[in-house]
Amino acid sequence: MTNTDSHAASVAEKLARKQTAIEGKPFGMGSHSEYEGKTMTGAKAIIASLECEGVDTIFGYPGGQAIKIYDALYDSKRIHHVLARHEQGATHMADGYARATGKVGVVLVTSGPGATNTVTGIMTAYMDSVPLVVITGQVTRGVIGTDSFQESDIVGITMPIVKHSFLLQSTDDLTRTFREAFYIASTGRPGPVLIDIPSDLSGAQMVFHYPDSISIASYKPTYRGNARQVKQAAQLIMKAKRPLIYAGGGIVTSHACQELVELSETMDIPVVTSLMGKGAMPCSNKHNLGPVGMHGSKYANMAVMECDLLIAVGARFSDRVTGKVSEFAPHAQVIHIDIDPAEIGKIVNPTVPIVGDAKVVLASLNERLHKEGAKPVDDGWFAEVCSWRERWPFYTDDFASSVDYPDKIAPEVVLSMLSDKLDPDASIVTTEVGQHQMWAHQNIRREHARTFLSSGGAGTMGFGFPAAIGAKIGCPDDEVVCIAGDGSFQMNVQEMATAIQENVPVKVLIIDNSALGMVYQWQKLFYHERYSFTKLPDVPDFVKLADAYGWRGRRISRPEEVEDALDEMLASKEPYLLDVVIPTDQTVYPMVAPGAPIDDIIGALDVTLGGVRVSGKGFGKDGRPATAGGEKDGDE
Amino acid sequence: MMKHILSVLVENKPGVLSRVTGMISRRGFNIGSLTVAPTEDQNLSRMTIIVEADDVGFEQITKQLHKLVSVFKISDLTEDDAIERELVLFKVQCTPERRHEIIEIAGVFRANIVDVGKNTLTVEATGTESKLDALEDLFRSYGIRQLTRTGKIAMSRGHDQ
Repeated sequence: MTNTDSHAASVAEKLARKQTAIEGKPFGMGSHSEYEGKTMTGAKAIIASLECEGVDTIFGYPGGQAIKIYDALYDSKRIHHVLARHEQGATHMADGYARATGKVGVVLVTSGPGATNTVTGIMTAYMDSVPLVVITGQVTRGVIGTDSFQESDIVGITMPIVKHSFLLQSTDDLTRTFREAFYIASTGRPGPVLIDIPSDLSGAQMVFHYPDSISIASYKPTYRGNARQVKQAAQLIMKAKRPLIYAGGGIVTSHACQELVELSETMDIPVVTSLMGKGAMPCSNKHNLGPVGMHGSKYANMAVMECDLLIAVGARFSDRVTGKVSEFAPHAQVIHIDIDPAEIGKIVNPTVPIVGDAKVVLASLNERLHKEGAKPVDDGWFAEVCSWRERWPFYTDDFASSVDYPDKIAPEVVLSMLSDKLDPDASIVTTEVGQHQMWAHQNIRREHARTFLSSGGAGTMGFGFPAAIGAKIGCPDDEVVCIAGDGSFQMNVQEMATAIQENVPVKVLIIDNSALGMVYQWQKLFYHERYSFTKLPDVPDFVKLADAYGWRGRRISRPEEVEDALDEMLASKEPYLLDVVIPTDQTVYPMVAPGAPIDDIIGALDVTLGGVRVSGKGFGKDGRPATAGGEKDGDE
Repeated sequence: MMKHILSVLVENKPGVLSRVTGMISRRGFNIGSLTVAPTEDQNLSRMTIIVEADDVGFEQITKQLHKLVSVFKISDLTEDDAIERELVLFKVQCTPERRHEIIEIAGVFRANIVDVGKNTLTVEATGTESKLDALEDLFRSYGIRQLTRTGKIAMSRGHDQ
């Protein structure tokens, strides 16, 4: 089987799992386990419930109120437990595992600080709609509310950042609670679900029965789009002269990539993607214009500004995409397709709203268009967009060789080269948050969904590295590379030990600028170069740190070292850290200032002006930018 | 901005009240009043929530509340010809000589005297917000020692679907 075939097979498997989820059935044995009807402790029933859900990997950290559950876990032959070095790390690992595999990520931690350490991880998963089940130990029911040792009201603390949560009150509810948790986490718009379990319930005896189906009267996600609205959408598309698809994470979640490509190609409609939508459409597809918004390309942003119909699918009009909302897509009617009714009308009031699963809705839309005998839109529009792509590329080799400091490494060049070296069918890239994340978004090309994992909504520094470990555990045959910054990598650096203990050969590539680069960049552009607390000293020595943890490590700072170092990193069978030193004053371009309209772009490369960075709004007058030559890269 | 009346049917379980109120305040809206009590089905509670919001904001509140797994049903009673009631207790300052004035006013408003003190009368009144506001205005001239309003409850007329 080729890698592409195996990707198709894995998509089929994910679709089957999606169907199981929607039907309310357990992902594993359900009631057909050896545990059915047996008397056991609550702790044993927790582990049995996970096994009945087909869980084979969990991420966690033990502690006093979870000790009974860990004792039961010790006997499990089906569940592999990954011991993190911090509960936040465990939660991001489960998140990375879930994003990469499409399965529900499971976290097990103790009460008090163990539980509160998962908060950032839960919030990260919530903002990006990732299915997690987080199991927290709790103090015994009798002492809840008395400020007992390691007590925290984790259900209360996490209320704003969970899809749902349970404080288990009786062993009678235990198995049903687990079924409901997996059902709620994995269906509709996915999200994290927390189960808080008082430790006396873990010790109590109960008879085990696992439910084979579930139905919750107050929870009924809508999957099929309203037929009348689908028809209206089709009519809008057929009338449009300059349509554009804005694809978000909902495409990835619902496995709608094929339907998206079909709509785009048969109708000749270009596509822009949000950060969460990266991988929704192959980067090699000529219709894919890639990143849009604050650090999107000028051509993608201009496409939004010029389109007369915007088809938003599984996207939520984040401020990082829209910039100034009132000037976003000013000439466009909007079709908004999303499974979450609350997203529709939240930021932008659509002409045609469609609540439903992106895959199901796009399939019916494609069918409708086919039935109506829809013709592709006039090819002048796509040709025009392509000419913008020629004029304002993200980056060019010519520009790379023309920068002011030829003996230093340009981050765009490293990441582009890494992208070329990775097998798109057998690799996953994760990122931390900051400049490196945006450079990766712009320069790493992906062909498949679930192969670019990044904290989008939450923007969590410290996410990417543990997520890479989780992704590698979920997809052991894929090469997994975390692109990090020297700031964010240090936020969960302790997980280097987990990679060794678990023998997970992840690769970490640090874009090391000795600064908190993104904030530094804002200070440079918008705060009069007042670099308030954003400079980092050159500690730790990351190569020595790698050595201390039993990793391989290497530091490079000259352009001629890049290729060899990348080859060495990718060839390594062990965890490998590559520290790539770049100048502090590198800026991610193009950029739209926060709150500005997205055609007011700083630092786009303009080939027609000889490949220099220019700034200004729209097309500028007479083919010239409004304010030419203002921003030039590397102007230390 | 206008006042909206929401009738929300929820699970009768600990923590559900925080989920609902937390959701509304987190999204930046203020709760004017709120009542909650079990319904004819002991597993369910009904909340009557008054919120001030423009139409877009109100739509957001409704949709976000719908997403809570603990919420079964939301009815918007704002535009409806709904039955609205509120109960209020007034402790009105009044010398024994002027008691009859208070009793007379109470009679007009079909309110009841529920307690008599040396220099106070306690009046219980139910009705719509405007009726209770009018009564409050009248009692103010005597001096209101204490006042407690329940917040509004509401129900649609005729057959509920």
